[in-house]
Amino acid sequence: MNIPLVTVLGRMTIAFLGLTGAVTTFATRSLLHCFEPPIYRRQIGRQMLEIGYYSLPVVGLTAIFTGMVLALQSYVGFSRFSAESAIPNVVVVSLTRELGPVLAGLMVAGRVGAAMAAELGTMRVTEQIDALTTLSTEPFKYLIAPRIVAAIVTMPMLVLVFDAIGILGGYLVGIYKLDFNEQSYLRNTIDFLEFMDVFSGLVKAAVFGFLIALMGCYHGYHSRGGAQGVGTATTNAVVSASILILTANYLITELFFAR
Amino acid sequence: MAVPRIAISGLRKSFGPKKVLDGIDVEVAIGESLVVIGGSGSGKSVLLKCILGLMQPDSGSIRIDGEETVGLRRAERARVMRKFGMLFQGGALFDSLRVWENVAFGPIQSDRVPVDEAKQIALQKLGSVGLTPDVGELRPAELSGGMQKRVALARAIAREPEIIFFDEPTTGLDPIMSDVINDLIVQCVKQLGASTISITHDMASARKIGDRIAMLHEGKLIWQGPVAEIDRSGDAHVDQFIHGRAEGPIRMQVRKG
Ligand SMILES: Nc1ncnc2c1ncn2[C@@H]1O[C@H](COP(=O)(O)OP(=O)(O)O)[C@@H](O)[C@H]1O
Ligand SMILES: [Mg+2]
Repeated sequence: MNIPLVTVLGRMTIAFLGLTGAVTTFATRSLLHCFEPPIYRRQIGRQMLEIGYYSLPVVGLTAIFTGMVLALQSYVGFSRFSAESAIPNVVVVSLTRELGPVLAGLMVAGRVGAAMAAELGTMRVTEQIDALTTLSTEPFKYLIAPRIVAAIVTMPMLVLVFDAIGILGGYLVGIYKLDFNEQSYLRNTIDFLEFMDVFSGLVKAAVFGFLIALMGCYHGYHSRGGAQGVGTATTNAVVSASILILTANYLITELFFAR
Repeated sequence: MAVPRIAISGLRKSFGPKKVLDGIDVEVAIGESLVVIGGSGSGKSVLLKCILGLMQPDSGSIRIDGEETVGLRRAERARVMRKFGMLFQGGALFDSLRVWENVAFGPIQSDRVPVDEAKQIALQKLGSVGLTPDVGELRPAELSGGMQKRVALARAIAREPEIIFFDEPTTGLDPIMSDVINDLIVQCVKQLGASTISITHDMASARKIGDRIAMLHEGKLIWQGPVAEIDRSGDAHVDQFIHGRAEGPIRMQVRKG
């Protein structure tokens, strides 16, 4: 069968617009349920633990190696024109503005977004979500709102941890490998750090947290067709969250720092 | 004449081109047990889900105690839902919660019963389906199929609903366990005085649970009548189904959709 290219493009556009509309509706409904009682505090607590505490090892490891390699690589570059003293500043600004939120976001998307899609997807195909409704409990309030609230609140905390550990990684390489003076490394780190560097990173983190939970819940909630359907939902949740994180990252950066 | 507990008329539901329910008319009186039989994929579960509001019917009317529920808004829907208990086909137990928390879920989350009290209710309901309190501490995944069905039954009756739906309560169980579940259903329903709709393929179960039987075939209820009359329905489809013959007017469908 030979379908004209225009037809294919047209169908893709329509499918894309339809999906955007569905996701927007889903997001609005989820957010409204975050503010409307009953609020399930225990569910929020459980999710915060799941998203925050259990992501610490992954985030910590990512952070320390990122900080270390950042120091090492900037040394290679900056020593070519004797600007080694800028290294602490480069490390801290890159971490707080970009690498902290983006890398933590991608790691958490892989860990938590996937888990959310798998859990909700399984609940969908085993009719547990329908069972909630028959027990007069709104699934958006009980399942989705707590995940979204927890992700928005927890991601900035995770990114703060990422920043701290990343700076430590850079510091260790700086001191023990590149023979920086301890005092001057620290002074260069702190003196040039601006409030906006950290703040913009935290705003990004909150937005990324929202996107991760939204994609995990959206794909899980709408999954169908048994184990394979849940698998597809999980993959889609991670891929779409990652793409949205990278896109949103550019847009937020533009918003904060473009002149 | 008394208002029927459930009155359905002209109910239609399609998925794409496939008409799953094509004009269903049926009533369930107060305290009556209706059994719906029909082949796999004939739309029995869809019928229950439409009544529960889990699916939106394309057209038709569903009245519960005389109140129209099609197109009801969410808050109103929750109020009507309070009258229902549902035993899902696969049990649909919450696997992140312990057994007693499953049973106590309705009382705690929607009736705002304090946790201690709800736990007592849960243990009592577990007792009435023949489970000991120590089972209450297990996770659903640790239970056998028959035990899961019992827990699901306990959860369905925990809020003492006026209307209970049983979706294939004995499918996948051995004959002895099936009979145990049937007895439990009959006993629980009698105790609560509830109206029920049960779905089953299992004629032994249908005869035991039901006051009336209706057969769903190609989107329509092709026959309904008292249990005693099922053997002389005069309908070739019904005869083929209750005797489980491969030969007859009913063609097995291969594809789901
Ligand atoms: N959510 C859905 N989307 C599309 N088709 C569905 C959906 N739910 C059920 N169906 C279709 O409706 C038909 C009846 O399903 P169901 O009521 O589950 O059958 P059963 O009588 O075995 O309970 C099946 O062909 C099924 O594929
Ligand atoms: Mg079914």
